[in-house]
Amino acid sequence: MSEADTAWIETALTSARPQAVGALLRYFRDLDTAEEAFQNASLRALKSWPQNGPPRDPAAWLIMVGRNAAIDEVRRTRKQQPLPEDDQAISDLDDAEGALAERLDGSHYRDDILRLMFICCHPQLPATQQIALALRIVSGLTVKQIARAFLVSDAAMEQRITRAKAKVAEAGTPFEAPGAIERSERLAGVAAIIYLIFNEGYSASGDTAEIRKPLCEEAIRLARLLLRLFQSEPEIMGLTALILLQHARSAARFAADGSLILLDDQDRSLWNGTMIAEGLALIDKAMRHRRSGPYQIQAAIAALHARAATPEETDWAQIDLLYGALEVAQPSPVVTLNRAVAVAKVRGPQAALDLIEPLASKLANYFHFYGVRGAFLMQLGRNDEACVAFDRAIALANTSAEAAHIRMHIDRLIRDSQPKQGVARQGAKAT
Amino acid sequence: MLYAILCYHDEDFVGSWSKEQDEAVMKKLAVVQEKLTQQGRLGPVARLLPTTAAATLRKEDPPLVLDGPYAETKEQLLGFYIVDCKNLDEALDVAGDLGAANPGGAYEVRPVGVFRPGGLST
Repeated sequence: MSEADTAWIETALTSARPQAVGALLRYFRDLDTAEEAFQNASLRALKSWPQNGPPRDPAAWLIMVGRNAAIDEVRRTRKQQPLPEDDQAISDLDDAEGALAERLDGSHYRDDILRLMFICCHPQLPATQQIALALRIVSGLTVKQIARAFLVSDAAMEQRITRAKAKVAEAGTPFEAPGAIERSERLAGVAAIIYLIFNEGYSASGDTAEIRKPLCEEAIRLARLLLRLFQSEPEIMGLTALILLQHARSAARFAADGSLILLDDQDRSLWNGTMIAEGLALIDKAMRHRRSGPYQIQAAIAALHARAATPEETDWAQIDLLYGALEVAQPSPVVTLNRAVAVAKVRGPQAALDLIEPLASKLANYFHFYGVRGAFLMQLGRNDEACVAFDRAIALANTSAEAAHIRMHIDRLIRDSQPKQGVARQGAKAT
Repeated sequence: MLYAILCYHDEDFVGSWSKEQDEAVMKKLAVVQEKLTQQGRLGPVARLLPTTAAATLRKEDPPLVLDGPYAETKEQLLGFYIVDCKNLDEALDVAGDLGAANPGGAYEVRPVGVFRPGGLST
């Protein structure tokens, strides 16, 4: 078998994995057994598919083979009987495969996949464990791949996943078909985890962005999968649109030296037009439902940026309104802070400053708060106060990248607001 | 005679292709397309965005808009070619050449009744 063949089969296994493992989990009611059965079936696929050609329905094939292998395993350990040769069992299966595939109960597959995703976001698990578990179980990434994406050792990641699995087993998995309310709760949980996975990749700084980019791609794949299962859920459309629109900018987000390029400074010709088109189509569809939600609102904001051919064409007034809606849907000081940036563009720095003043106590340790506040002060010509805010921002920066990011923000605002005046700033030294 | 060659494939599978795999397939398809272009036989070609981006209008009164593609099938319509061929055999040959570029999926070959190339260019 050529390497290319193997690569294609691996891809087919990846794409069939959520449905197959989800079904096996329903049969065996145990995650480890389900995973093992799937691994077994995958090994057989690598042997059989190059000879017999891939089956028409890989997921159905893997479910049948995985289930039979696991049942045989149980029999074998019980009776110590010799089994027929693998190949014999497989060729029988191939003959019957078409019929079997038709007989497989397809009506379960939505809930199978949703359940599989849902157990990864068990509320008792910390977010880091949820993400690791989802990438391992649903996406089928190896521990090594996940460890690499999270910049931790293989051993640490192995431990993280083992702990998460133990907690999930302890908590028990809900196997009865969910009711409507429960299903929508599960969907919300799964959407949140997909967004977390995306953000892990998206918020990477320049030097790790490339290593972590697969997280963004995987989140998009999972979001599309979820949307295919639940085609009329506007929030899932919103989530998918949001991450597509954000990821569409990835080629323009970092300079050659790895530093972040702000939205206004990005070369928009580097944005991925196909991804933007898909994101815009999804947000258009979602809006027709008239059932707004946080993902849709954020996607709508991202869409307004994507639709602007130049920064000057950005519809800041609309963005301001959308952030207002987001404040109602999902109140958070960070949302208000983001809104203030739009307000500054629309109604000027004083209005923006008035908006964020009440946040000072809540965001006392949030470096962006001081960066943004400093910028508004500077636009108002209150440079001394601005410098105090900037210093505070840089002192609060968690990484040199964050500090650099703030400084860049500052530099740009100096440029924008005071084109003819250089302003001396203390605290602008690299941290 | 013009034939529409409609490309069907499992969207989840195609969506799981790595960037490299996708580019490799497109490169192989481009070779087939180039040959047809040289022969002056290739009309419009479209690769469609995922069915998750689709909406379907049902002709009721008033029309009903549903999310997703018209048909829920194991394999989805992912794109199409319009090619000039003498007969079905020739059209099937073209479909075969296209099919050699990637594993799995199917091509529906359908004669075109009315064809207006239109004036769009991207």
